Amino acid sequence: MAETANVVVLMPGETLQLPNSEASLTPAQELVLGPGLRRDDGGTVVATKAGVLRRRDPNVYWIDSHQKRYVPVRGEMVIGIVAAKSVDLFKVDIGSSEHASLSYLAFEGATKRNRPNLQVGDLVFTRLLVANKDMEPEVVCVDSAGRANGLGQLSGDGFLIHTSLEFCRRLLTPGCPLIASLSAVCPCEITVGMNGRVWLRAKALWPAAVAAALLERSNCIETEQMKSQLQNLTDCLANF
Amino acid sequence: MKETPLSNCERDFVLLAVREKKRLDGRQTYDYRKVRIAFGTEYGCCVVELGKTRVLAQVSCELVSPKPSRPSEGVLFFNLELSPMASPGFEQGRQSEMAIEMNRLLERCLRSSRSVDTESLCVISGEKVWQVRTDIHALNHDGNIMDAAVIAANAALAHFRRPDVTVQGEEVTLYSVEDRDPVPLTIHHMPLTTTFAFFHEGSRLLVDPTRLEERVMEGRLLVAMNKHRELCALQASGGIRLLQDQVLRCSHVASVKVLELTEIIQRALENDVQARKEGRCCGLAESLPVQRVTVACAHDAVVNNEEARRRADEVVKCAEEPADTEGAVYHRGPHTAQVGEGLVNSWVVDDNEPKSEEEQEEAMDDGDLEGVKVENEEVEELSDDSVVILETQHRAPNVVQLSDGSEEDEVIILSGKDLMNVSSDWSRVPLSVPPC
Repeated sequence: MAETANVVVLMPGETLQLPNSEASLTPAQELVLGPGLRRDDGGTVVATKAGVLRRRDPNVYWIDSHQKRYVPVRGEMVIGIVAAKSVDLFKVDIGSSEHASLSYLAFEGATKRNRPNLQVGDLVFTRLLVANKDMEPEVVCVDSAGRANGLGQLSGDGFLIHTSLEFCRRLLTPGCPLIASLSAVCPCEITVGMNGRVWLRAKALWPAAVAAALLERSNCIETEQMKSQLQNLTDCLANF
Repeated sequence: MKETPLSNCERDFVLLAVREKKRLDGRQTYDYRKVRIAFGTEYGCCVVELGKTRVLAQVSCELVSPKPSRPSEGVLFFNLELSPMASPGFEQGRQSEMAIEMNRLLERCLRSSRSVDTESLCVISGEKVWQVRTDIHALNHDGNIMDAAVIAANAALAHFRRPDVTVQGEEVTLYSVEDRDPVPLTIHHMPLTTTFAFFHEGSRLLVDPTRLEERVMEGRLLVAMNKHRELCALQASGGIRLLQDQVLRCSHVASVKVLELTEIIQRALENDVQARKEGRCCGLAESLPVQRVTVACAHDAVVNNEEARRRADEVVKCAEEPADTEGAVYHRGPHTAQVGEGLVNSWVVDDNEPKSEEEQEEAMDDGDLEGVKVENEEVEELSDDSVVILETQHRAPNVVQLSDGSEEDEVIILSGKDLMNVSSDWSRVPLSVPPC
């Protein structure tokens, strides 16, 4: 376990030493282990991924790692690419090991007669309804009230970039400095899926390309360093 | 594992950008991505990076019998492997159509153009020739693997050294690397490929397409050429119609690109030779850029050396009085003696004793801590003193001489003269043992 300042880097198989106060927790205060952490038979907590240990009060631990393979989680919003059409459902690629199914009726205002007009290769912003390790994932483009609420087809005049899952999560954290600065550099419409895909659309081709390049290059920058690095990046992209 | 399907918006975006003569990574139409060449510690190992595309080539050789049709020529073998490591779209084991096409092209480009002298690979005509095998693995696929593979193959072949062989009459001697310096292959020229991707029915072209551009492109033209502007191979795929002018213009662009690439390879080879000559670090681990997932600041760690100090003090205190132990030597026969029977063993020291050897060593190991260093030297000085004492005692008659004052050395050399003094009926002789 390498430790510098307040950042703990764990390798797979390493045991996580929890602070003493938390090792002896009462049943009422439970410890929540997120992705990358697993409890052994003996009760010790072992890392299963290489990455940075994150913590949130009270007692929530998980590991952030550079990962591109998406594992579906129920309720998450993802950007899918329509891979195939069949009689009553679309097969959508959401970056997981298996294609997700999307019913024709899972759109706002869709009926048996009024079918959504989606072609193979189109993008859809969806919510995961079923995410089970033994079952095919299922996505929908409506909320429980039958409203689109932002979900649905993404227009074809945008651009899609594929980044890491961790970067997408960072983009989605409230008050992300990158999103704020991006709007200042090149205003664009942006949709972030939890599966590592970012769709963006600007007024013209070139601002969109610059925004995409900016996002791709800031992939490996720590959130704290983003503000100072952004100026360098935008300078680099000035004569792009 | 299936490859991620290409979305319509990506395709439209790339096509629009190409129409406006722009590229998504900011390059111009004829620009290559950044080429990086790194060599391994062993000869004939080379990693080439072309942007994010990364390819590894390894050359190896063995003695085989030649083909009956060409008894005096060595055998060249090329193999390009596209594993799922490079892209989830590549399948393990089975060669895809793309892999077959690339392998064939690699052979045409490097073997058919006779870039490596095969006759110099002959050891005995008709019996033994060298087979030089070049294995190329794609490590990451971000488009244009072919150009990266050809650069890697050329660089690896130029970097490779085969063991030296001499033939005297019927006798063939194969020298190991230790006996004789291995010899390089004879390289006549370096055929390098330049890939052109065509869009919009051949009206737009791009050099060195990325993966996204490769997926969108309509056709591809590969021009293999050496720096003398000799065309080595030409391949058009994707079923696109090209005009004579276009092919000519492509070959013209290729000749410029090949010059630049040859220059880069030569420089990389020279740098490697220089690094080896000066004994500097060479090899992949050293030459690849450091990519670490750590923070950018270092923090001083506080090391507690109180314990080490205390221990060292103890050692110094204890070492001041040399232990006055009595030993004994039993003469068991000519040239054989035994030390210390029936007495307390003063060589193997009790673990609990603070002045034991291991702890002394521990104290020495901690010597890089500043505080301990001073005491450490004192310890050494003291042990020197004790040796002096020992040697003065040796002058006394009937004392067996020890070879030196080393505490760890358990071998005792008994000189003949001393042994003569020892009475033959195993009488006891006092022996002073150095303090531990």
